[in-house]
Amino acid sequence: MTSTENKSLTDRYQAGALAFPHRDLLGVSQLERHEILYLLDSAEPWVELNRQSSKRSDTLAGLTIINAFFENSTRTLLSFEIAGKRLGADVVNMHAAQSSVKKGETLIDTAITLNAMRPDAIVIRHASSGATQLIADKVDCPVLNAGDGQHEHPTQALLDALALRHALRERGEKADDFTGLTITICGDILHSRVARSNILCLQALGASVRLCAPPALMPDGVEAIGTQPFYNFDEALAGSDVVMMLRLQNERMQGQFIPSAREYHHLYGLTMERLQRAAPDALVMHPGPMNRGVEIDSEVADMLDRSIITRQVEMGVAIRMTCLDILTRKARGMEGWS
Amino acid sequence: MKHAQATTITNGRLVMPDGEVTGALRMSDGLIEAVGPDVAAHSDDQMIDAKAQLIVPGLVDLGVFAVDKPAFHFGGITRAALMPDQSPPLDLPSRVSYIAKSGKPDLWVHPLAAATAGLAGQQLAEIGLMKEAGARGVATGRHWIADSGVMLRLMQYAAMLDLVVVSHSEDAGLTGDAAATAGEMATRLGLPSAPAQAEALAIARDIALAEMSGARLHLRQVTTKDGLALVRAAKARGVPVTAGVTPAHFMLSDLATGEFRTFARLSPPLRSEDDRKAVVAAIGEGTIDVISSGHDPLGAEDKRLPFADALAGMAGAETLLAMTLTLVRDDVIDLSRALDLLSRNPAQLLGVNAGKLEAGREADIGLIDQEKPWIVDRRKMNSTADNTPFDGQPTQGRVTALFKGGQPIAD
Repeated sequence: MTSTENKSLTDRYQAGALAFPHRDLLGVSQLERHEILYLLDSAEPWVELNRQSSKRSDTLAGLTIINAFFENSTRTLLSFEIAGKRLGADVVNMHAAQSSVKKGETLIDTAITLNAMRPDAIVIRHASSGATQLIADKVDCPVLNAGDGQHEHPTQALLDALALRHALRERGEKADDFTGLTITICGDILHSRVARSNILCLQALGASVRLCAPPALMPDGVEAIGTQPFYNFDEALAGSDVVMMLRLQNERMQGQFIPSAREYHHLYGLTMERLQRAAPDALVMHPGPMNRGVEIDSEVADMLDRSIITRQVEMGVAIRMTCLDILTRKARGMEGWS
Repeated sequence: MKHAQATTITNGRLVMPDGEVTGALRMSDGLIEAVGPDVAAHSDDQMIDAKAQLIVPGLVDLGVFAVDKPAFHFGGITRAALMPDQSPPLDLPSRVSYIAKSGKPDLWVHPLAAATAGLAGQQLAEIGLMKEAGARGVATGRHWIADSGVMLRLMQYAAMLDLVVVSHSEDAGLTGDAAATAGEMATRLGLPSAPAQAEALAIARDIALAEMSGARLHLRQVTTKDGLALVRAAKARGVPVTAGVTPAHFMLSDLATGEFRTFARLSPPLRSEDDRKAVVAAIGEGTIDVISSGHDPLGAEDKRLPFADALAGMAGAETLLAMTLTLVRDDVIDLSRALDLLSRNPAQLLGVNAGKLEAGREADIGLIDQEKPWIVDRRKMNSTADNTPFDGQPTQGRVTALFKGGQPIAD
């Protein structure tokens, strides 16, 4: 499997660093379609490895990766940590709660401090849009954006694409890209970096993207980005091949955006009955964490054949392994990448 | 102050309110003694050959946030109206009187009194006493006054004192913590944003209150098509309302915030390209009366931050003239109108004896090399900070000499 994958990669992409000429992974907006496909294809061997009983690679042996999380996270942090460790790197986690940020140090100074410890990659999550770019401008090593404010969460979009590709392939469908698919993203679009990265990634791979949210949670100008906005969930669902649900990001809301969770569920919750309005066999996705009974019902979330929510989590590790691998190739002196 | 020797600037292009005239200007005892094509120097005058450069009234910058003399002098600014948003705020007569003397003799600072105590928008400050202490207007500060009752009483009071009310036009209920104007750019960047109509809402209310109270209302920055339409209609009805803008809003749109450039984080935020074009048109047709710098020097600690966490504001004094001259080159306005916007109109709003080349006015005079090319370089600024959104922009027009009260200002 691994060797054929690698062979197909060399056939399909330009050699070495030309296939992915970026030092950092700050957002899907910086990526070309072929670069996205390169990352997805490169992740396939790691998916295989992660399904073995021994999941150890020494690809990044001796390298140090800092996960600098200025905002709380469980699954993304864990996913990056596991990814780094399976690649053999030394992984250190820095939480804002125990950092000098609380002591008044500026973000730039924190970045310079981290940089002075000579990590080989820094993974950053921060509550402010653009914070990862600010840090990337001040450090010498690759920076991976693990979510910056309401801006981007590129590895989430990549893992979503990989999970969707696997699910489609298992059903015997061709899934080199998503041309012809209609994908509805429903929920708190306004506050969601996951939605922004997914819009760009899915569109780059050929999908039509619909957005559904109450007006207060729908950002301005989404038509200009090439998406189709809906306020009525049933209308958005009609003909959708994939439904991606997002949670309400109450922690980012200042003031009241919706009347109540009960009313939200009534209008925008994905129930089994509502799912029937989508295309037959439509797939259900959710980046987590889920609020069962609010944006998604348990019986939908737990459907074995159509919900790929746990598969998204699985693919997360492989995607982060491939991103860490590719971004550190230059530092590791890999042929064609230096 | 009496000066024994008078100065005559000859061979200049005098920018008068009704056009450009080749001639000379004679200054004595701090005032313009004579100006025009036929003015001749007296035998014992100090002589300056303008070498066909422009002779203009010194700029009157209505609404700056810091007194930054080197930057003002570089930009040809001889008078600046200081916003009350100081630390502590200009809400007491003693603070106003201190500020009113602070720049003399080579820069006159005209304090704008805080409308409310602590600029909190609730209790009227001692505006009458501050007027006597030297305040030339009253301002709401960086924010609007949300309580319409407070705003009405403020305007009635200011009308009685014949002080111009300088207002910030953004409905805070809509703007909240917004760092950008709602639209495609803010959505792509994931920035907290507010609809551009937050401006029109605030303007509509303040115009209604101006009509009720008879106060002179100056909207310091009008930056949207909808806001400008309200001003245009109010002026047509005869409401005593004037509008200002800074070069950022006629030179730049929200595209400049790409890459999270915090030097483009402004208040109000940069608008859409449509709104930018509306501002240019409004300057051309006369709906906008004043162009000011909004000078607000901010250091790295306030700007080297994630976009939404950075403070809003730009160092604008040094680029005010050059950016305004781009409108002359683009045939939006002529030179006389440019100096109306930069000097004569703001001087009139503040009630100061300047802003015009006319015998009897204060001899605040600039010489301008209109064509001189230069590049805005934030590493070479005279300002106390380098936060210009125009960094790297090639431009034309530079002040080559400046006089305050007839006295030359050294570089």
